[in-house]
Amino acid sequence: MDAATVLIQAMNGIQYGLLLFLVASGLTLIFGIMGVINIAHGSFYMIGAYLAWSLMGWVGSFWIGLIVGVTVALLLGLVLEWLFIRFLYDRDHLQQVLVTYGLILIFSELRSMIWGDDVHSVPIPELLSGSIQLTENLAYPIYRLWLSGVCIVIAILMFLGIQHTRLGMMIRAGESDREMTKSLGINIGLVYRFIFALGVSLAAFSGMISAPISSVFPGMGSQVLIVSFVVVVIGGLGSIKGAMIAALLVGLIDTFGKVIHLDIFGVNIFPEMSGMSIFALMALILMLRPQGLFGREH
Amino acid sequence: MNIIFKNALLAALLVMLILLPVFGERFYIQFVSKILIMIIFVSSLNLLVGFTGLVSLGHAAFFGSSGYVLALFSPIGTSMNLFVALLASVLCVGALGAVFGALVLRTKGIFFIMATLALGEMLFYFLHDTAFAGGSDGIYIHDRPGFNLFDWWQLDLSNVSHFYYLALILVCLVLMLIKRIMNSPFGRVISGIRVNEHRTKALGYHTYKFKLVCFVIASMIAAISGFLAAVQFGVVNPEMVGWHASGHALMMVILGGKGSILGPVLGTTTLMLVEEIFQVATKHWQLLTGIVVVLVALFFPNGLAGLNFPKKRSET
Repeated sequence: MDAATVLIQAMNGIQYGLLLFLVASGLTLIFGIMGVINIAHGSFYMIGAYLAWSLMGWVGSFWIGLIVGVTVALLLGLVLEWLFIRFLYDRDHLQQVLVTYGLILIFSELRSMIWGDDVHSVPIPELLSGSIQLTENLAYPIYRLWLSGVCIVIAILMFLGIQHTRLGMMIRAGESDREMTKSLGINIGLVYRFIFALGVSLAAFSGMISAPISSVFPGMGSQVLIVSFVVVVIGGLGSIKGAMIAALLVGLIDTFGKVIHLDIFGVNIFPEMSGMSIFALMALILMLRPQGLFGREH
Repeated sequence: MNIIFKNALLAALLVMLILLPVFGERFYIQFVSKILIMIIFVSSLNLLVGFTGLVSLGHAAFFGSSGYVLALFSPIGTSMNLFVALLASVLCVGALGAVFGALVLRTKGIFFIMATLALGEMLFYFLHDTAFAGGSDGIYIHDRPGFNLFDWWQLDLSNVSHFYYLALILVCLVLMLIKRIMNSPFGRVISGIRVNEHRTKALGYHTYKFKLVCFVIASMIAAISGFLAAVQFGVVNPEMVGWHASGHALMMVILGGKGSILGPVLGTTTLMLVEEIFQVATKHWQLLTGIVVVLVALFFPNGLAGLNFPKKRSET
């Protein structure tokens, strides 16, 4: 591999990692603040991608589709919290897993009824369709750069929002003591509803912006859910910083795992095993630091 | 409910199950066999979820890998001795369970759920992406294992009745084994871990070791069911280790009522019957299953067993 290839792969890895961060941060926010494990999180990613695909067809513009899609996801999150999730705060994890597992079945079947089981692709919006020439015969697509930039902006906004706004203060107060926050006159139920809807729209937004670079297919929800779980286990639960570092690590390892061909005693062990490299990393972390890189002792 | 009445009910059920192949049609024998296999799997998961308080979302890893052990080791052209094959599957899966368990048991609560799910999926990708185990198509088992009793009687597992009786016997043995385990001093420690792990630790028990042993036992029981499933269908594929198989079993544990011996029997039978009805009714039966799961988890968290015996609810 020459330097240019390494650079391109590193950029792909970082871009994938940043996207994973968006999905995983929603998961870790919902758990860290509300204490709910939401395994339907991947479904929202899938819904986002399918929304992007069908809205492109109806509206014709990626950007209007993006706005409409995020609004739909936000409403969906509010309704779901009101219908199901608010009953789960005092329940044990097992019931949370089951309710959200039931939601996965419902969403995957609804997806099959509305959109079918075919694989689709979403074109890259015209504005970002070009690519930047790195060397004579290597170019990097602008869309991927834009995607990374958007993820970084959202990450910064999220950090600032939690640390420096009034709402962020309420969220942090609710995280450390729900009852006390309530007695201070803060409608914690409403804050939770907003957090859940925010998590849903983050996942759906990730699905929408990743649609143009990866195909839209039925199993994409489970796939991203499992990788997000790996990210959360490596980074430590409830830690946004941990989620960021773990997501970048997973993104880079997964990307390089697919291009590096490692020969051991003449047997090529990679390409086939590349899907497993991130799980091997997770197993290693579990052995050395079971609470995750940035997790608190539990 | 009166204990004599309950035992009489169980005895009547057993007699009906024993007589089924005599009167029943082939379809029903096969369907009940499928339920019996599932009962073993769900019972093994209940040992973790219901009795030890460990919510695993990767238990199908042991169900499926057991079938893979059988498929990879069965010789082509000859039929293996059933008991050798079963023992080999159970031992290999037990070793896998020890490795997985040693890793995931270092975590607790929600982390445990995520770690089991991720390790299970690792096995899925391993079997799905590599060529040696047939990739996404899986492997066919051409010659089912059998058993020859002194050249006098031949157990033929491609015969539905023979297979049915084998499954029935194994279900009874597994249920008795679990009852035995839970009534033993070991089972008491396990229950103690579920109720309060810190206190159990304070009593001087090395809870990690107890959980690990329980995890390995559960994986070995799951191996029995996976072995039977592989023999019944004559094929293994990566979906058998996937997390949807684990989630499906978890639904049955809750539907029946976790932490009771007969809960998995009730839960498995009910869900499989309901799904069979849904499948006949509509192509989109998963939607109905999903709605049932959500409603059960929200409104009947103690499952069907908790519904029938309301006294038990206050105990737990």
